[in-house]
Amino acid sequence: MRIGTLKTDYAADEALFDTRLQKLLILLACAAAVLFPFVASPYWLFLACLCAINVASATGLNILTGYTGLVSLGQAAFMSVGAYTVAVLEIHAGTPFLLNLLVGGLLTALVGIGVGIPSLRVKGLYLAIATIAASVVLHFVFAHWPLTGGMQGLSMPPARLFGLALDQPFQLYWLILPVTALMVLGAANLFRTRVGRAFIAIRDRDISAEVLGIPLLRYKLMSFAVSSFYAGLAGGLWAYFFRVVTPESFPLVNSIFYLAAIIVGGMGTILGGILGAVFMTMVPELLKFVAGLVTPFYPDALALLAPVRTIVFGALIVGFLIFEPHGLAEIWRRIRRFFHLWPFRT
Amino acid sequence: MRGLPVTLAARDVILGVEGVSLAFGGVRALTDVSFSVRRGSITAVIGPNGAGKTSLFNTISGFYRPRSGNVVFDGRSLAGTAPPERARLGLARTFQNIALFRGMTVLDNIKLGRHAHMRTGLLDALVYRGRARREELELRAEIEERIIDFLEIQHIRNAPVATLPYGLRKRVELARALAMRPRLLMLDEPVAGMNREETEDMARFILDVKEEWDVTILMVEHDMGMVMDISDHVVVLNFGQVIAEGSPAAVQVDPAVVAAYLGAGDLGRRLSGPEAA
Amino acid sequence: MTDWLFLTEVFLAGLGSGALYAVTGVAFVLIYKATRVVNLAIGEILMLGGYAFFGAAAGWHLPAWVALPVAILAGALVGAVVERGLIRPMLGESPISVFMVTIGLGSILAGFVQIVWGADPLRLPEFLPSAPIFIGEAYVAPKVAYGFLAAMVVVTAFVLGLRFSRGGVALKATAADQAAAYSVGIDVPRVFSLSWIVACGVAAGAGVLVGAIGGISPTMGVFGLSVLVVVIVGGLDSMAGALVGGLFIGVVEAFAGTFLGGEYRFLVTFSILILILMVRPYGLFGTHEIERL
Ligand SMILES: Nc1ncnc2c1ncn2[C@@H]1O[C@H](COP(=O)(O)OP(=O)(O)OP(=O)(O)O)[C@@H](O)[C@H]1O
Ligand SMILES: [Mg+2]
Repeated sequence: MRIGTLKTDYAADEALFDTRLQKLLILLACAAAVLFPFVASPYWLFLACLCAINVASATGLNILTGYTGLVSLGQAAFMSVGAYTVAVLEIHAGTPFLLNLLVGGLLTALVGIGVGIPSLRVKGLYLAIATIAASVVLHFVFAHWPLTGGMQGLSMPPARLFGLALDQPFQLYWLILPVTALMVLGAANLFRTRVGRAFIAIRDRDISAEVLGIPLLRYKLMSFAVSSFYAGLAGGLWAYFFRVVTPESFPLVNSIFYLAAIIVGGMGTILGGILGAVFMTMVPELLKFVAGLVTPFYPDALALLAPVRTIVFGALIVGFLIFEPHGLAEIWRRIRRFFHLWPFRT
Repeated sequence: MRGLPVTLAARDVILGVEGVSLAFGGVRALTDVSFSVRRGSITAVIGPNGAGKTSLFNTISGFYRPRSGNVVFDGRSLAGTAPPERARLGLARTFQNIALFRGMTVLDNIKLGRHAHMRTGLLDALVYRGRARREELELRAEIEERIIDFLEIQHIRNAPVATLPYGLRKRVELARALAMRPRLLMLDEPVAGMNREETEDMARFILDVKEEWDVTILMVEHDMGMVMDISDHVVVLNFGQVIAEGSPAAVQVDPAVVAAYLGAGDLGRRLSGPEAA
Repeated sequence: MTDWLFLTEVFLAGLGSGALYAVTGVAFVLIYKATRVVNLAIGEILMLGGYAFFGAAAGWHLPAWVALPVAILAGALVGAVVERGLIRPMLGESPISVFMVTIGLGSILAGFVQIVWGADPLRLPEFLPSAPIFIGEAYVAPKVAYGFLAAMVVVTAFVLGLRFSRGGVALKATAADQAAAYSVGIDVPRVFSLSWIVACGVAAGAGVLVGAIGGISPTMGVFGLSVLVVVIVGGLDSMAGALVGGLFIGVVEAFAGTFLGGEYRFLVTFSILILILMVRPYGLFGTHEIERL
């Protein structure tokens, strides 16, 4: 048990990682992330990149839904805006990838603000439905606009860095992971300041927040902007990763996937967005693995993979909401507490 | 019968409520309510359940828009001023039903009160360097030194508010209101549901706030003992109308007030539903 | 020259599919009124009805007049289980959490039918009379006409039933104020259960009609999205709104599909949805709740 964490220095107390253990864990995680690509197979690198992209997007959704309480079923559609922007810029302008990503993010933020405008008048579920409507409209636009290549979509060249094409998971890893890490760090910072507090206040009790000095519309739109900026960046990374963007790349079920990720991980915690996105990305792989194991005994197992995955996703959403509404992050917290107290108490 | 009109020099008045009327559908919550709050005073608004006290506060905060009439704060008309802007001008308040943010710690709830006076923008926040960091640390230091110590809530600063007992929550709400840099502090039933000891603590805090922070206090309260003890001026509402105002002693013996409170025995209960039962 | 006959036929076809939106919408509203749950799984429950009918009629070779009640009962059973197992434990949670539970439920149901019946679209055995029907000179596909009739009968029964039966009174009281309803002796949990049972049964029945017209497939749940538009347009808590909204959206979709092309259907309905949210967020007939501090 830790005794005597008396803090007189507020700067230390306000730090992101305030215990020595936390600092150590973060350092270890960074070291592992740097070493990983040198030991992992392409398959695991592929998964790592996919996880990172999903972490980026889930973190964005967590800002909007988990922290601000505005449910969105449009995260995948927002990602498509970023992905298409990046693809179009890469194909037609050939500008540097970081610039493309940034433009993709900003453009998505604008779209997000547009979608968020009804949020002052309509709440909760109505808003969720408005985001579905926005997804439908965006899908239509991308499927019919010549610039975005219609139903065929766009195939794009890889990102280039000093003439080197980033087209293997190994190289892309060094693009995707740092960007994701910065995004997560930014999100964590956000909630150390008045902006993040305003978001949470809106979630917890938005009408009294107004009387306490928070202009609701402004902060709701800001939350939409940040969240869709994140989605746009994630979509841009996605585009560089897969290099083919079609209207079917970002269906409504993907939006549900991200919602599930933050529910399973833990809404309204940064750690939750990370854990949830990684977990949900790995579940299908795990199912694939299991299907591979049972195929010798049950040859149709692979055919059942898709529906079983659908069921597992649904069951995870329902199960976590009912039994562990604070998600994996809460389980993690309990484990930590157990070890802090151990061996004094159980 | 109305109490004697009290005439105050304009610069002595921090808040003027001028002919405010408010209705919800057919319910007339406030009818032509006028009174003034003197700078540096403790003014109490009393009245039976459902008299319109909370509605009055909400109107002053800008949460309800009056059907007619106006609120003047420090010589400036608040008509058309949105609630967040009013908060920035120095109108701070607590709520009858405690409106703390359940998902935040005590410290964050208090910090939130300062929102309107901070400058950190979105980009500052994302990088947490320079202004954002400086502002947060200054705020933290000020809250620790001026508010947390003052209200004696050091031991709960990192607790999630959801775990706190009722009396402490009221105190945290007061702390948050103080963080708002109040010039007029509005307290909606600050001691409702408290025992004798807690009530005395809160009364002491209110008096200290007035002295040390140099703020004017406007409070709604049912606890007559406390109202009579600490307030300088009392406004009595009944059925949305001001039926008397004056010093605590004068109001206490005003026949209209006595009648209103006698009637409240059965009428008030019927008007205000389960709360009074 | 405007071809009035053609327009009339499109209009009637739109009314036909609109009626199916209307019944499903009514089922949705019933659940919302009683339990304040926005049930996003209504499309999947409808789909389940279609598949249950298929299972009974094509799998067990039961006659249609037996298979239909089987489908409805299957829906009702699912409704009962869902209410007990998923919704009741969420009592008191934020409406948004409950909403997301229904999203999860929809996912589970969609996966389930795919495992049992496969991913390919299926046709239901024919069970409606197929003699062509003319209204004046306008031709109406017989399935659409019978679907319309059945749907209208159910909607009417609902509206009348709620107005004049004791259950209707209990529902109305529960919708207005749960605590008060409790205190005057209304068995609120029973109202909850019954509303889910009845609504899911009705949705499953609607699924049989929808499946009879357009076939069934595991993606049939998207029907729920159109229903969502319907109830938002009509107002989440208004039966009349579901009826009017359903017919309206049905007709709009029919015209959009005919004159602009099938892919415009969703675009047009969801644009209407956005418009409604902007100008009348609580729908045409819904009630707007005032907030208190
Ligand atoms: N948002 C609202 N919608 C409809 N009626 C309201 C609303 N707010 C208040 N009222 C009504 O206005 C009247 C005054 O209510 P108010 O809450 O201001 O009374 P109060 O004096 O604060 O009572 P209490 O002592 O019980 O807190 C009551 O009849 C109440 O029902
Ligand atoms: Mg009150």
